[in-house]
Parts: sequence; structure tokens; C-alpha cells
Amino acid sequence: MTLKMTQYQGSSNYIVSDELRNSVNIAIALGKPLLIKGEPGTGKTMLAQSIANALNKNLFIWNIKSTTKAQEGLYVYDTVQRLYDSQFKDHDVANIKQYIKAGKLGEAFLSSEQVILLIDEIDKADLEFPNDLLWELDQMSYYIPETRETIEAQTRPIVIITSNAEKELPDAFLRRCIFHYISFPGPEEMERIIKVHHPDLDKRLLEQAMETFYMLRNIPNIQKKPSTSELIDWLQALVVGGISPGKIKQDIPFLGVLLKKNEDLDSLLHGLETKTQNRATPRSNYWNR
Amino acid sequence: MFTDFFYYLRNFGVPVSMNEWQDLMEALDKGMAASSLTGFYYLCRALLVKTEAHYDRFDLAFASYLGDIQSPEGLPDKIWEWLNKELPSQEITEAMRLNHEQLDIEEMKRMLAERLAEQNEEHHGGNRWVGTGGTSPFGHSGYHPGGIRIGGNTRNLSAVKVAGMRRFQEFRTDETLGVRQFQLALRKLRQFTTRLEISKEELDLEGTVDKTCQNAGRLELVWARPRVNSMKVLLLMDAGGSMLPYSRLCNQLFTAVNKSNHFKDLKVFYFHNCIYDWLYHDSSCSLRDYTDTEHILRSCDSDYRVIIVGDGSMSPSELMRVGGIIDWDLHNAQPGIEWLQRIRRHFEYSVWLNPISANYWDWMDGSYTIKTIAQVFPMDELTVEGLERSINKLKSRSMVGKGNKVAKR
Repeated sequence: MTLKMTQYQGSSNYIVSDELRNSVNIAIALGKPLLIKGEPGTGKTMLAQSIANALNKNLFIWNIKSTTKAQEGLYVYDTVQRLYDSQFKDHDVANIKQYIKAGKLGEAFLSSEQVILLIDEIDKADLEFPNDLLWELDQMSYYIPETRETIEAQTRPIVIITSNAEKELPDAFLRRCIFHYISFPGPEEMERIIKVHHPDLDKRLLEQAMETFYMLRNIPNIQKKPSTSELIDWLQALVVGGISPGKIKQDIPFLGVLLKKNEDLDSLLHGLETKTQNRATPRSNYWNR
Repeated sequence: MFTDFFYYLRNFGVPVSMNEWQDLMEALDKGMAASSLTGFYYLCRALLVKTEAHYDRFDLAFASYLGDIQSPEGLPDKIWEWLNKELPSQEITEAMRLNHEQLDIEEMKRMLAERLAEQNEEHHGGNRWVGTGGTSPFGHSGYHPGGIRIGGNTRNLSAVKVAGMRRFQEFRTDETLGVRQFQLALRKLRQFTTRLEISKEELDLEGTVDKTCQNAGRLELVWARPRVNSMKVLLLMDAGGSMLPYSRLCNQLFTAVNKSNHFKDLKVFYFHNCIYDWLYHDSSCSLRDYTDTEHILRSCDSDYRVIIVGDGSMSPSELMRVGGIIDWDLHNAQPGIEWLQRIRRHFEYSVWLNPISANYWDWMDGSYTIKTIAQVFPMDELTVEGLERSINKLKSRSMVGKGNKVAKR
């Protein structure tokens, strides 16, 4: 069965797994928002950019902060400005429309062609925030009581929502989304990702760096595990610093690029220390303390 | 179509609703499963599962639903048995993790795709695929239906094997989980007030209307202070030797508490097995760096929320006797239990979190001291659920009063 629908296949500067591509295409076909979760640095935000590039559509980004209200995404009615204007009488304040400013969601609805809307880090906002958007995302329309207008999306935008799981999202909201969890890429996929960013990297350097990177990630007590973006930065630093591949695993130069917390540096050093100690001293040493 | 699967999912604890099910039917009508089992798996998962915590349950349900077509009876029970068991001990989990990291994921996926294609053409619904699956660890995509379960090995082993393959197992919420989940729970610990000294940055609507009217209609804006969290937290952590097995868990809680920047104040102290005259500033618990417990009791007012983390298991003398302190060079004039009672009397809102699973409290080594302490503090286990319950107790006066026998002076 062939169907005429937009198909996302990944783009040249972003490696997408089969699973994720499937989810994106399901979301596009069903016209539902796609909710993306995953560890920091797994490219959640980049995904929207990549879809926009691949499908050649405009991207609207709505960055959510802790103070963001759902209403702001739709429109803002600047009442204070209107009040001021009414006192100085240099505007026609009867025309309320000029005080209604569309938010990012509103803009996406008003656009004449299909756009990609990224609602970034939705979990940053208040707990009730997603619930306030249920109707709007379901029906892709909203009502402005001040002007008695209903804004309807001319074409349903492709909505991508990212979350860092700082807050649980309400069930009613989840029911309306397609969900995908981006798991951390394994070594092979990671290699492909790195090739996109550093196309001509010395093979031995890459090998050594990757080994060190996954070694660091596997230290049990690390609080902030180094992520993909940090690995890419680190490789850049290694190349610029002209570090020879043989030294990477021993010295771990520019460690600060990978580990950002004092505690993590400590636990790494501690781990290395105890390893060498264990090797050097037999078990009976315990009794001599 | 597949209606059984709907109930399978619900039985396995994946909360699927009718809306989502209808979406799935619509998607299937549109041919989005690409007429392949893999496609069907991904489609179902994207539409029906809404949190990574349920990926594992979904995998199990999918496996048992499709596996049942050819597999011998009784297998879901096996899985249930496994599920109902206690949390696996640390070593096993580590080993399992190691085990499935060795798998070459990309190759597995390729092989799986090949095999599926083969099956569709020649052995539709036949046994071969399932049989082959038995010996091949196609766990990667969470795609371990049937095969693994009826492999050449004994059934018991294969149940464990299934478990070992469960890539999303670590996301299950009924297990003790990481920093983030603790943080999520801690966020519920808040109490809003406007009485604090911070800048006024919220528009006070009523005030503005009032002022503007007084000005005969000339607009004057009035600003008010936003509401902020006034919760103050005192975290006391056991750093004794018996806590070593739980250090990772405690670490996670500690990080979560530390990261939670929504508290007005956060103080962290350590103690060795039980609380006596001194509370230490770091986990080495040496007298180089400490604060008198007496001082804490005097300087922190009683609306501090006190969270004590400790296994509570020690020798009875450590808790009950004068001079019972475990450090041989120290002496306590008051038995530990009296210190605990004093803390409890002073801090109305206090809870004790025990990293030992509640099932063991009654019969493990320190059961006597655990029981005694649980009479002083409301005790719960250190899991996400336990923390949530405790936080509810910390929030309301009525809850905290329950289950303690210490009279308030």
C-alpha cells in the first residue's frame, strides 16, 4: 500500500535511528504531537531542526521557561499598553486587534503553509501547563474572547515536544501524543554521529577517544554522565590541541570538557586510585591497618 | 483486531486507553505498520506507551501476546513470577548489564530484519522463526517475543534470559531509581508564601484598580511579591559502615536534594549509625568538623523539615545505653534513643528513610533497633514511592502525627 504522505528520512547533518524515524513518520501521518524524551545531549532539540531541513519547512521554536504560561503561546493581549494609549489618546483604542499579539503557537497556526513547531523543554513550565494546551493541540484552533475570533490552523503544524522529565506530564496530555524515548547511542551509532561532525578524523584518535568516553560513562557513581555533544567538543579540543592518540587513554587530556562536576572528577580519580591499589596490595593487608 | 493484545497490555500494567487504541487502528488502516512485525512493534510502542518506565512492561506484554501463538503454556506465569520477586541484588543486575552491553546491536538488528523477511515469505506463522529466535538474543529492540522464551535451554533459564535482555528495565518505577526521580518527588515538598523579602515583580491587580481609582482614572501600577517556596530542609545521613551497600542509592538522594534549588534553606549533616552529641559536616564523621546537635536544636526552628536517612540497624546498646556509641574514643552521656526523641520532639515534621526494603525490617539483624526507631520517627523505605509517601507526611501536620508515640512538650 502506498500512501501520499510526507516522509521524514533523516537529514545530512543529523543521524536518526530507525526507531525514531518511524515515530516521526507516525506522528506526521496521524497529525499528532510527537513527545521526545531522553538523556541530555541525545539531540532532542536538533531533531526538529533536522525535520525542518529535510522537509524544507519553516521551524518555529517555542522555548519554555519556568514562568511560561500556555496563554502566551497563543496570544498576548497587551492591556497595559491599551490603557496607556487610552490616556494619551494618540491611538484608536477601540481596535483591540492591534493589542493582540500572536505567540509562537499562534504564529504556527496562522502560517499559510505547514510548519514545524518545536515546544522545547515543556517540563520546565508549571505542572498545569500541558493541560492548558490540550484543546489547542488537539483541535489546532483557539478562541480569542477579546475580539471574538477563532483562530484555526490552516494546515496542521508538525509539533515536536521535548521533555527532560523534570516533571511528570499529565496523562490526558500524554494520551494525545506519540511518545519516543531516545536511548543513548551505542558505539557504532556514535561513530556515525561523530563522522557527521568531524568527517576526517584520525581513526586511531577516534578509537581511543571513544573507548575513554564509554569508560567514563560506565563509572557507576558519575552524577552527570558525559553526553554526545560533550564528546564532540572534546574531540575538537583533542584535534586542536594536537594530542597524540596514544596518550588519550592514559592522561585523559581536557577532562574538564567531559566531566563538569567536582564530585565526578573526584570519583574518577578515586576509582583509578583504588584500582591500582587493589592490584598492588594483597588482601591480607587489611589486617595490618 | 488484536483486541486481546489490548487486554494483555493492561494486564501487564501498561495503561492503554480507548483513544490510543483507536489511534492505533487508524494507523493500521493507513498501513503504517509496513506489513512487518517490527513495524507493528514500533507503531504500537509509539502510540500506546507514554513513558519509558513502561517500555519494559510493553516488551513483556508484546512478547507474551505474540509468543503465545506457538509457545508452550505457562510462560507468562514464569515472567510474572520473576516480576513478583524481590528486587534483584546488585551483583546480578550489574552482570546482566555487562552481558548485554557485549552484544553487537547493529548486527543483531540486521539479523533480525533478515529473519523477519524470511519468515514473511516462507514460514508465515510457522515455528521456525520462533525456534530460531530461541537461541538468538534479539533483545535489542525490546524485541524478544517468544523466541528467547522457548529456546533450547531450560525454561527457567530462558525466563531469566528474557529478563536480561530487557533493555528498558532500568526505567521501571517500582524499582529504586535515580537522581531525577528523587528530584521529581522532592519537588512536591513546597509551601508557598509571599512573606519573604524579595523584589516585587508581579502585578497586583486589585491594588492597581484601587490606586487607579484613587487617582481619578490615571493608571498607576501596583506590584506585589511573587509567591515563593518557604520550605527549609534538614537532611541527616548515616555514613556508617553498614550503609556502604546503599551508598549509591543515598548518593542519588543526596544529589537530588542538593540539586533541588527550590528550598529556602538546606542543611546536610552526617552521623555514624545513630545521632549523639555531634553532627558531622562530611561523611568521614570525624571530630575535626562538626556541629553540636544541641546547637542545631536551638538554632533551627521547628518548621525545618527533617529527613533522616539511615539503615537504623545497629547493636541495641548503641541505641539504648549511655556510652553505647560505636566510636571507641567517644562517650555519650545520653543514649542515642534520647537524642532521637529530642530531635523528634523539636522537629514536628520529620521522617526516617531506610534504604533497607521494608520487607526485611522485621527479621534482619537490626530489627530491634529498626523497630524502636520506627516508634519515634515515621519510617519508610528509601524508594521513589517511599520518598513520596514521606514527603506527604512532611507537608501536613495531621499526617506526621500518626504512628509516633512521643508526646509533644
